[in-house]
Amino acid sequence: MKTKFFLFFTLLSVFIFAQENAESAPADSVAVFDYSLVKSFTLSDVGSDDGTALKIKWECTDNPENKNQFRLYRLTDGDTVRTLLGNFALSAEYTDENLNREESYSYSLVAVDSLGVEMQGIVSTDLMKPKANYFKTDKIILLLMILIYTIVIIILVETVKKGKVLFVRKISGLDTLDEAVGRATEMGRPVLYVPGSSTMSDIATIASLNILGPVAKKIAEYETRLIVPNRDPIVMTVAKEVVKESYSEAGRPDAYSDNDVFFLTDSQFGYAAAISGIMTREKPATNLLLGMFWAESLIMAEAGNTAGAIQIAGTDAVSQLPFFITSCDYTIIGEELYAASAYLSREPLLMGTLKAQDYFKGMIIAFICLYLFFLIISTIFGGNVLFLNKILDIIRFIFNS
Amino acid sequence: MKFVNFINNIDKRWIYLLVALVVIIPFVFPVGCPMRITPPVQSMYNYIEDSIPENGVLLVGIDYDPSTMAELHPMAKALTYHAFYNNLRVLFVTMYPQGSGMGQDIIDKTLTQWNSANPENQKELGRDITLLAYVPGVSAVMLKMGENIPATFNEDAYGNKLENLPVMDGIKTYNNLNYMVELAGSSVVLSWLMYANGRYKMKMGIGTTAVSAAEYYSYLQSGQSNGLLGGLKGAAEYEKLITENHGYAGRKDASVGMDAQSSAHIFFILLIVLGNIVFFIKKYKEGK
Amino acid sequence: MFIRRTLPLLVAGFFGIATIIQFFVPHPASRTFYNMVLDWMIIVTAFTYLMAVQSTIELHTTKIKRKVEGWQYSLVVLISLGITAFIGILGGAFTPSTILMKLIPAFKPSSTSPLMYTYLYMQVPMQSTIFSLLAFYMASAAFRSFKARSFDATMLLVTAAIVTIGRVPLGEFIYKGFPEIIEWILKYPNMAAQRGILIGVELGMIATSLKIILGIERKYLGGGK
Repeated sequence: MKTKFFLFFTLLSVFIFAQENAESAPADSVAVFDYSLVKSFTLSDVGSDDGTALKIKWECTDNPENKNQFRLYRLTDGDTVRTLLGNFALSAEYTDENLNREESYSYSLVAVDSLGVEMQGIVSTDLMKPKANYFKTDKIILLLMILIYTIVIIILVETVKKGKVLFVRKISGLDTLDEAVGRATEMGRPVLYVPGSSTMSDIATIASLNILGPVAKKIAEYETRLIVPNRDPIVMTVAKEVVKESYSEAGRPDAYSDNDVFFLTDSQFGYAAAISGIMTREKPATNLLLGMFWAESLIMAEAGNTAGAIQIAGTDAVSQLPFFITSCDYTIIGEELYAASAYLSREPLLMGTLKAQDYFKGMIIAFICLYLFFLIISTIFGGNVLFLNKILDIIRFIFNS
Repeated sequence: MKFVNFINNIDKRWIYLLVALVVIIPFVFPVGCPMRITPPVQSMYNYIEDSIPENGVLLVGIDYDPSTMAELHPMAKALTYHAFYNNLRVLFVTMYPQGSGMGQDIIDKTLTQWNSANPENQKELGRDITLLAYVPGVSAVMLKMGENIPATFNEDAYGNKLENLPVMDGIKTYNNLNYMVELAGSSVVLSWLMYANGRYKMKMGIGTTAVSAAEYYSYLQSGQSNGLLGGLKGAAEYEKLITENHGYAGRKDASVGMDAQSSAHIFFILLIVLGNIVFFIKKYKEGK
Repeated sequence: MFIRRTLPLLVAGFFGIATIIQFFVPHPASRTFYNMVLDWMIIVTAFTYLMAVQSTIELHTTKIKRKVEGWQYSLVVLISLGITAFIGILGGAFTPSTILMKLIPAFKPSSTSPLMYTYLYMQVPMQSTIFSLLAFYMASAAFRSFKARSFDATMLLVTAAIVTIGRVPLGEFIYKGFPEIIEWILKYPNMAAQRGILIGVELGMIATSLKIILGIERKYLGGGK
């Protein structure tokens, strides 16, 4: 490869020297740079991109006395004027971005002396068009993971459909949902359902709305009032649909009141204040705080606690869990929230995905253990065993991808 | 036992009153405890100080509203000052309508204070600093910024076309920005980490409320963020750094609150200890 | 049924799969599609705020009409909404708009517009007050529930006490090594636990997204099944 570069470069420089010497170097420049010091000067397309970048790389033979720099120029095919891209060291790499994939470009190097004056002589590359790629090769592992995950989900869903019963551990927070709704009915007070402070793009919000369905159905059956205040207009619209549908399914479409699922404010603490107000005025017997919460979590949970309601909270915001655990009766932690939909409905399709999640988690744990195991052995052997280092590199590569 | 019962059944409002006193008194009689700089704050400071060239661009995400301004506003102010000292351009961006007012307030205050203290190096709105217009859509806006920032916002919050503003010179995507510090009390920080840092490789630092700070340590270790300002203490440390290294002489909003925070924390510990003593005495008596 | 169920599922499936494919295809055609999707997302989000306004007005007018308990507050909400919208549209968010200046020639641009005035002197103090409630609630919650009931709870208690005291300058004043101890607690035990939960959460996120894209999860469309 090196010989090829050398031949290419020598031919190129002989060809270009004759043509462009006069064009670029300033007339008053007397010093001449010895371009035979340039070992390689290559132009290549940047892979996995949309055809807007080219990579230029050059290397000089080591010479500590050489204090010169290079100036890199770009020439677009059809243009006569070169564009200066900057000053660089004698060996460097540069990625020229924001190019047009319809045009061809060539690049030239001009040496600059210690005073910043351009010296005689120039080397240039051939013309090249940046190419647009159809696939990001650096993301192949990620794609494979998604495909494997999807396949595992599909296989497990099919297995469950065929009648295989999958074990799911007990989640007490979800088990008590029925009891909590029942309590509100007995006391003749409403149930307050807070779908979190986030938007629809947060998966915790989607998980919360998935729980809202069965909860609303149960509430409709018990003929209790359900209040759903929202912070995001899209979440409000979806929540309205979910509650309306659930009331219809329970055979009580008449009991649904459009004004009980409403928008409050998009201010984080304004929302918390308004919910605390509802807890104090309406005195709901049961508060369900499920979804994404941040610093305002304790304000809602404490207000509910003071009002004496039974509270079930659930979030995947790890730093808010301690507040919920302190102020609520039951807390659904992290991924239990996502499992809720499957857990409550026991639908085979959802159970299958829940199981797939577990298998994948098992796989990640296995990888971590494997990595740890090889790392320990590698450390014992002083970290110099090539075979072990290779394995560690492969695992690291998979994780990095 | 009488004492135990009294403490056990104490009205919450007495505790509230004590908290109020413990917070207010140190503001009137400040002590001024010395403070050491923690590594996450130092590394953010060092990055802005050493790794951004002059006229580089610092993007500050103002994704908080007045509720959390007590902790996050001093951070925004200190960061803006630091950028001014190093002659960096500052762009504010917000994903929430309420953040727009916060950004405007910071720009107003820092520009006025800076220009009166540094007549030889005046800063100007639109040339050195601006706030991008609020555009709804959160994640969609963050992703769109990776494709084309001027096309995402078109204007700044003052109605000026971005193409006419010197502060926007050469800025098209995240690639043209040097560093971003995201200030928020919500999980919008994670969206920035996922989209701006994860997808578009934007170098990032985080400023968040003390309540949420512990959550972001994993992103610090993984290198997705290279600095973390946690709550008022983080802001106070940053103020200390710009005071020591650049001679900042303005009002130190976070540092003045440190005494109140210290006394409140001590009071919390006393409350927990008291609660536990009562708990154990009660358990012991009931056991008898 | 087709409009309410099948079509939304098809739309969700199509855009979900298309966005995943787009992520792996760097070609300009895929980028154009991606930009179009982003533009649409921004446009749709902007319009949802109209629904928020509609919901607020409808809810509070009903309350006023039915004279439910505390209906006077609903009146306050509607009046505030009206005034804020009025000065917002006429006065501009930050700089007094040209409309206002044309209407009243004496009106000069100042640093604080009418909307900014309500923001700085009404919203800021009100919202800051709500945030400050946290300190009071935390104190009462800590006093009430933070008990050394078991070995685990005692560990939690001791760690919390160290972090609480060491996070403030006074802690450093008491013992110089506090900041290091806290950094260690946050970096190792805290992070190990957080990562464990996070891995589960992230996998849950991917699974939920896939369930929606594949049409397995339909509850968000309403109803139990």
